[in-house]
Amino acid sequence: MELARDEEEALAGKKGEALASAYRILVAIGEATGASKLVPIKWAHVSGVNYNTIGDAGVQFLDRFSSTARVAVKTTVNPMGYDRDHPEGIPEKFQEKQASIVQSYERMGVTPSFTCTPYEVFDIPDKGAPVSFAESNAAVFSNSLLGLMTNKESALSALASSVTGKAPLSDLRLEEARSPKVGIEADFKFESELDYGLLGYFAGKAVKESSVAFSGIARPSTIEAKALSAAIGTSGSCGMFTIGQGRGEKISFTRKEAKAAMDELSTAQDGDVITLGSPQLGMNELDLLAKLTEGKKFTKRCMIFCSRAIHGQAAKVGLTGRLERSGAEFMCDSCTCFTPYVTKEKYDSVVSNSVKGTYYMNNFNKVKVALKDIRTIAKEYAE
Amino acid sequence: MIISNCKKIVGGSGEGPAIVTTQPINFLAMVDQKTGMITDPRHELHEKLLKGAVLVFPYAIGSSVGAYAIYSLREYGSAPSAVVCTRADITTASGCAIANIPVVDLPRGAPAIEQGAIARVEADAGTITVKV
Repeated sequence: MELARDEEEALAGKKGEALASAYRILVAIGEATGASKLVPIKWAHVSGVNYNTIGDAGVQFLDRFSSTARVAVKTTVNPMGYDRDHPEGIPEKFQEKQASIVQSYERMGVTPSFTCTPYEVFDIPDKGAPVSFAESNAAVFSNSLLGLMTNKESALSALASSVTGKAPLSDLRLEEARSPKVGIEADFKFESELDYGLLGYFAGKAVKESSVAFSGIARPSTIEAKALSAAIGTSGSCGMFTIGQGRGEKISFTRKEAKAAMDELSTAQDGDVITLGSPQLGMNELDLLAKLTEGKKFTKRCMIFCSRAIHGQAAKVGLTGRLERSGAEFMCDSCTCFTPYVTKEKYDSVVSNSVKGTYYMNNFNKVKVALKDIRTIAKEYAE
Repeated sequence: MIISNCKKIVGGSGEGPAIVTTQPINFLAMVDQKTGMITDPRHELHEKLLKGAVLVFPYAIGSSVGAYAIYSLREYGSAPSAVVCTRADITTASGCAIANIPVVDLPRGAPAIEQGAIARVEADAGTITVKV
């Protein structure tokens, strides 16, 4: 990858240690993805905010990095570990470490969005705009549905792009990789967002390329597209999908593959608590859930994870009140993935409709999960 | 055996016993950061230790925060001494860049590296020397 003279100087440390680190990252990912050069980006979305994900090493790294680094481009950030308005049950140490992380990001000048669905909260740049999104569901959704151009960035590569305002011109920032060379054909009728999630989980594992074409399915609704994007991002490295026939290889997705994914992910029949979110719920999901539970009460604790911005919008139109009357609790700024609200000491198992949330509950929180679609959850757990 | 024409992703050199897999790795969900042990029972490297090893694997998958997991391994002294990929990815490249772990991409058609063989990676020269 060719660097401009000022980029070479920054890499050599002439503009400080933080920028040198950032360029070191950009050069490494540029080499890995075969980039010819760096290009300016319009927006960076950074992950690595939840203390449960980055740990003590991450806390220290960000504290040091943020002492000199400043964002060079609009930068939004992923959810943190918990809702500071609901600290009940969150260990004090966790709260302190989380506060340090938030402080580091704020010192750098990020927008404190704490959302994994920035595409539902902020104005979207023009189609074709290069961006740098670390949160994988946001990268896949933005490439696939909004026409933004991002690679499936890592927490550190998006941070490097945030402070330099640049990213490598490679892979999904070029038209060539955005035209799928492999297709997956579904041969059965999808009934819920969960089917889209299972397809995504299968696709992430099956597809080695950066993009995939799905055929045999209806164009997904926003809810379904979020489930699909999050699941692809969880199981593989593929960063974009299109709907329609792809060129080349065709893989089939039958009920057998869906069941295999389900058998791997759903490790319980039932759960002690319901967690909704991952990705965080948007207005249309809150609206759907409110309709499904109108006049009913949840029979188990139900945590709804959403961004504070969406919560504010929902409150204005009375949606939060309707859901709270059904017994649901809102947790803002946080999400199901890696949440400290759900520990194996507290719960044996949870109910969720999120393939991504389920994967991390099983593998990180070590809590079993009953994976069910949102309509089934409302039917079985609201009376 | 010397494998040359490897592509440098992160510079530097490192040596250790090769631990080799054809399965991708989710660094956040599958690796214990304190010990460097692969904890996923479904992974073929289950219970293998990354510490001091030359990790030979295709590419990283899953969470974007995996890059911090690689950095944490370094901070806990449990990082691999070098990483060899068949198709280096952004998580591996960025995590290793910050953790100062040399990374190379294998050239197409490179011979297999044997499990447990002592390997030395010279990323800047683009070579892997495997002692047989």
